[in-house]
Amino acid sequence: MTTDVDLTTAVSQQFPSASPRASLDCPAFNILAAEVPAILQYLRDAQGFDFLTDLTAIDWTAEKSPRFTVIWHLYSSGQHRYVRVAADCTSATEPVMPSVTGLWAGADWHERECYDMFGIIFTGHPDLRRILMWDGYPYFPLRKEFPLAGLPAALPDAEISAETGAGVIAAPMMGGPFVAIPGQPMSAAEPRAKDEAWSEHSEKTV
Amino acid sequence: MATDFSYPDAAAKAAALPKEFGPEKMSLSMGPSHPSTHGVLRIQFELDGEIVTKADPVIGYLHRGDEKIAENMTYNQFVPYTDRLDYIAPLANNMAYAIAVERLAKLEVPARCQAIRVLTAEMARVSSHLMGLGAFGIDVGAWTVFMYCFEEREKLYKLFEELTGARFTTSYSRIGGLARDVPDGWIQRVDAFTDQFLPILDEVLSLLSRNKIFLDRTVGVGVISRSDAIAYGLSGPNLRGSGVANDLRKDRPYSGYEQYEFDVPVGAQGDCYDRYLCRGEEMKQSIGIIRQIVKNFPRGDWYAPDARKIFAPPKEKILTSMEELINNFMIVTEGPQMPVGEVYFEAENPKGALGFYIVSKGGGVPYRMKIRSPSFCNLSILPKLCVGNLVSDVVAILGSLDFVMGECDR
Repeated sequence: MTTDVDLTTAVSQQFPSASPRASLDCPAFNILAAEVPAILQYLRDAQGFDFLTDLTAIDWTAEKSPRFTVIWHLYSSGQHRYVRVAADCTSATEPVMPSVTGLWAGADWHERECYDMFGIIFTGHPDLRRILMWDGYPYFPLRKEFPLAGLPAALPDAEISAETGAGVIAAPMMGGPFVAIPGQPMSAAEPRAKDEAWSEHSEKTV
Repeated sequence: MATDFSYPDAAAKAAALPKEFGPEKMSLSMGPSHPSTHGVLRIQFELDGEIVTKADPVIGYLHRGDEKIAENMTYNQFVPYTDRLDYIAPLANNMAYAIAVERLAKLEVPARCQAIRVLTAEMARVSSHLMGLGAFGIDVGAWTVFMYCFEEREKLYKLFEELTGARFTTSYSRIGGLARDVPDGWIQRVDAFTDQFLPILDEVLSLLSRNKIFLDRTVGVGVISRSDAIAYGLSGPNLRGSGVANDLRKDRPYSGYEQYEFDVPVGAQGDCYDRYLCRGEEMKQSIGIIRQIVKNFPRGDWYAPDARKIFAPPKEKILTSMEELINNFMIVTEGPQMPVGEVYFEAENPKGALGFYIVSKGGGVPYRMKIRSPSFCNLSILPKLCVGNLVSDVVAILGSLDFVMGECDR
C-alpha cells in the first residue's frame, strides 16, 4: 500500500502536468481536461482506485475563468481511501469534458446528471440526455446565475401547455428561510430578497 | 430453478428467426406510480413477449433541487432537508451530513455524542431494512412478512418519536452535536426493544429463507457480477450481495465505529436472494452494535463544548450569559462558521454509501454541495440488469435493490 505522499509523487512523475490540489482530507490533483481518461485509467489500473464513487462539477460563476471545474472522486476498495481529481473546462460558454464511461459503466448516469445540471458536454458519452429534468428543459439549474426560486418554463408536454395555458412558474420565496450570504448586507438575507416570483418592484403574476 | 430453458437464450433464438416470423417488440411504461417501483421510478421497457429487451429508467419525478437549496442556506438550516433524502432512514442521513460538515471544520464531537449518533443510525438501519424486507415480501407475494416488519418498525418509530419529537423527519443532528440529549429511561427502552426483536426477526426470516415460492422468485434472478457491481459503483447490501466486502463502517471507521464488534455479511451469487440474506444478517449485526452501545453508554457532553462558533449553546446558558447570547445569535443568523476548503465524506447508510462533497469559501453557507446518493448509483445498473428477464422478475429485482427515490432524485 502506498501512502498519500507516494501517490502524489507517483502521479506527478507519471503525468508532469498534474499538480496537487488544496484539500482538507484525501489527496487531490488538478489535471488537464485532455488527460482525464489517461490519468483516471492510471489511478484505476495502477493505483487500485477501482470505484468511481462520485462525479460532479463546480460553477465558479460567469465572471471567473475557467468557469467550470469537473470533480471525480475515486475510492480504492483495497486500500480504503479516496482520491479527488479536478479538471477545468477550457470554455465557459461551451464547456466540454472527455467522458469516462469507457472506464466505469456507472459514469453514465453521473455524467448525464452533470450535463443536466451544468450543461457540461461529455464527449464520447453514448447517450448524453437530461436525467433529472425533462428533455427540452431550457436551463441548467445548478449554474450560479439560475435563481433559487426557478425560472418560468414550458411544461414538458406541449399539448397540455397549449390546452391549459399552464407553465412552470418560479416558486414563491416569501416564507423561505433567512439566508446569510457572506459579504452581503443583512437585508439580503431576508426571504423576500430572494423572491423571484413577486416583490415590491414586480407584481405577482399568477 | 432446475430448468434447461434460459431467457437470454430464448431472446437470442427469437432474434435469429426470419423476419416474417420475427418478434414484434412492444413498449411498456412501468410507473411512475406503480406499487413495485417504491415511489416514483418509471421504467420504459421494450418487450419481446414477456422478456425485457431494453429498459430505460426515467428518474427525476421527485427532483427538488436539494443541492441548489443547500447553496442558499446555512449548514444547520439544511439538516431538515437531509431527512428527506432517504426518508426511510433519516437519522442515518442526519449523522452523515453532520460528520461531513464537522470534517470540514476539523471538529471532533465527544464520545457520548458519537455513541448516540451510531445508536440512532443503527436503529435507522434496522427500520430501513425492515421496510425493505416487508416491501420486497409484498413484491413477490408474501404479505405476512410485511405485517410483521411493519409492527416492529412501528416500535422503532415510537422510540424515534420519543427521542426527536418526530417519527420520520427527525432532524436530530446539529453541526457539532445533536438537537438534544436522550430522554431519561430511553436507553433502557431501546434495550428492551432489542430483546424482543431478535426472536421476531428470526421468525420473519424463517418465513422467507426456505420458502419455496420465495426461492423460486429470487434465486438466480437479477444476478449482478462482482465486476459489474464495482463498475456501476454500487454500494451497501447491493454491493456486498455480489461478494465485495466493502463496508465503510469497517474500512474507514467514523463516529467511533472502530470500537464495536460486528461482521460484514457478503453474498456469493449476487442474485436477489443474496441481497435479501445480506439485509437479514445486517439487521442482526446492527442489533449487536446497539447492544454494545447500550451496555457501555458513555457519559459526558452530548455536543462539542469548545465549538463556540459552530454549535449553539444550551438554552439556559443563552438566557444568562451575554457572550453565549451573541454566539447563538451569530450561529442562527450567519450559520456555523467554516474554514475555506473542500471535503468529501461518505457514510455507510442502510441503502449504501451516502456522500457529501462540500466546497466552502468560508462563512456559514456552502459554496457547492454535492450529494452522492447510493440509490442513484444502485439504480444506474437497471438498464443492464433488467434485460433478458421476465417482467415479473423485474418486480423482484426492484424489490431486492431497495432504493428510495427521495434520495435518488434529490
